[in-house]
Amino acid sequence: MKRMSPFNVVSLTVGFAFLYLPILLLVIYSFNASQLVTVWAGFSTRWYGELLQNEAFLDAAWVTLKVGLLSSVVATMLGTMAAFALARGGRFRGRTLFSGMVYAPIVMPEIITGLSLLLLFISLGVPRGVFTVVLAHATFSMCFVCVVVSARLSTFDRSLEEAALDLGCTPWDAFRSVTLPIIAPAVIAGWLLAFTLSLDDLVIASFTTGPSATTLPIKVYSSIRLGVSPEINALSTLIIGLVTVGILVASVVNKGALLGARNT
Amino acid sequence: MRRLLIAIPYLWLLALFLVPFGIVLKIALSDAALAIPPYTPTLALDEGWQSVREFLSQLDLENFVFLGEDALYWKAYWSSIQIAFVSTVLTLLVGYPMAYAMARAPRRWQPALIMLVILPFWTSFLIRVYAWIGILSNEGYLNQALLAIGLIDQPLALLNTNVAVHIGIVYTYLPFLVLPIYATLERLDESLLDAARDLGCSRTRAFWSVTLPLSRPGIIAGCLLVFIPVIGEFVIPSVLGGSDTLMIGKVLWNEFFANRDWPVASAVAVVLLFILIIPIMLFQHSAMDKREVTA
Repeated sequence: MKRMSPFNVVSLTVGFAFLYLPILLLVIYSFNASQLVTVWAGFSTRWYGELLQNEAFLDAAWVTLKVGLLSSVVATMLGTMAAFALARGGRFRGRTLFSGMVYAPIVMPEIITGLSLLLLFISLGVPRGVFTVVLAHATFSMCFVCVVVSARLSTFDRSLEEAALDLGCTPWDAFRSVTLPIIAPAVIAGWLLAFTLSLDDLVIASFTTGPSATTLPIKVYSSIRLGVSPEINALSTLIIGLVTVGILVASVVNKGALLGARNT
Repeated sequence: MRRLLIAIPYLWLLALFLVPFGIVLKIALSDAALAIPPYTPTLALDEGWQSVREFLSQLDLENFVFLGEDALYWKAYWSSIQIAFVSTVLTLLVGYPMAYAMARAPRRWQPALIMLVILPFWTSFLIRVYAWIGILSNEGYLNQALLAIGLIDQPLALLNTNVAVHIGIVYTYLPFLVLPIYATLERLDESLLDAARDLGCSRTRAFWSVTLPLSRPGIIAGCLLVFIPVIGEFVIPSVLGGSDTLMIGKVLWNEFFANRDWPVASAVAVVLLFILIIPIMLFQHSAMDKREVTA
């Protein structure tokens, strides 16, 4: 085994310290007894208690969860279909436009996507609320799902499917018993990505929501405009904890697929 | 079956991605009316050519002329591009050595290292930006630490400056840059480096003339993944930046939510899109190249 050079060790140490120190400080200070966020005054779980009694945050969390679940399921179905269309669809008409529309939303500034969707909903007279946010989130996260599933499909050995068909499977049976199990980890990774993207989104939700549906990021944003608060630290710690546990469990369950997801 | 598979996502993206851009363009070309919603002409196709001609005659470039005349907008576009460029270079300076060290790390550590890079990406963007308020503010942890070791006598004003914006961007976008570069470095054929050495290259020389050129696709993809979204970034400048931090995402947001001037907001978005078209096409090109290679 090669030894790592000191330069490489330093790069990794500095890099990961930079990535993790801010999160670590946030978590530590969420257990601070003081109202002043930056002055340590002893250990306390007081802010977690106050958080759980804050109706506005709980309502927003519920809206966010609803939007996240609905939009991620729709995005997973659409994104998987899009991945199949690109990988197996052959040279259909408008393919270039299609693949352009799949890749563009990934780098498109959210502010443009948000504005354009809002103007669409208004010109169609659709009342804004949970439904419109779900549509908006499903649209941009389906592209991420598509990229993740495409990556898996491109390494897929098609002779397995052909063998199933030769052995008398109907195309549907072959899909269900051969293709689906093979791409399942990528589909799950795509779903997880769509779900976390939805939970996280502030800009697109701000544009496409109505007064009836305030999501958690919108609520968090409006309170951090007023500065740091121990309650937000506690909320952040809860979110970070949940996401970390979720990701670690998922990555143990299907090794590698998540890594592939982020690599594309 | 195959047709349906293509048609459903296709139509969805047409309806919810492409058509909305058409609407933005249309509103950018129309006058602000006093009524709500504040834009005038709607295309009524059922009234035939007459309405189409009328519609076309009503379109004008007024909003774009307005953008051109007001220095605020030009400055905002220009400063967004500058901030995005500087941040991308900074991210590269932090990210490349990380990606390089990851690719050189022992094989069995690599999955764990990748996981460590990815994990922050999955946790909330907003929270990660927020975390820096506590660090950079006047009473923040950084100033406390610097004062304690006696490096400074007065707290540095970092929060609400462009410095804070750059730090926030490098921090949140780092994984986007590290992963593509790591992916190219990890595939690098090490015998090429051995060959360079055999031919008398120093380590440094081998890096500059073999490793760096071969990792170019990863560098390009990674830099575009940072540069493009950052130009339109809203959250970071509004949370960490100051009142003099000028970025077009913030201008658009204010134009829309504070001034309620939809035609101008749409015109701002259209110009932003034009600025981004070339980098976006470059990105799609590199993304599709990658697909061809892996296929």
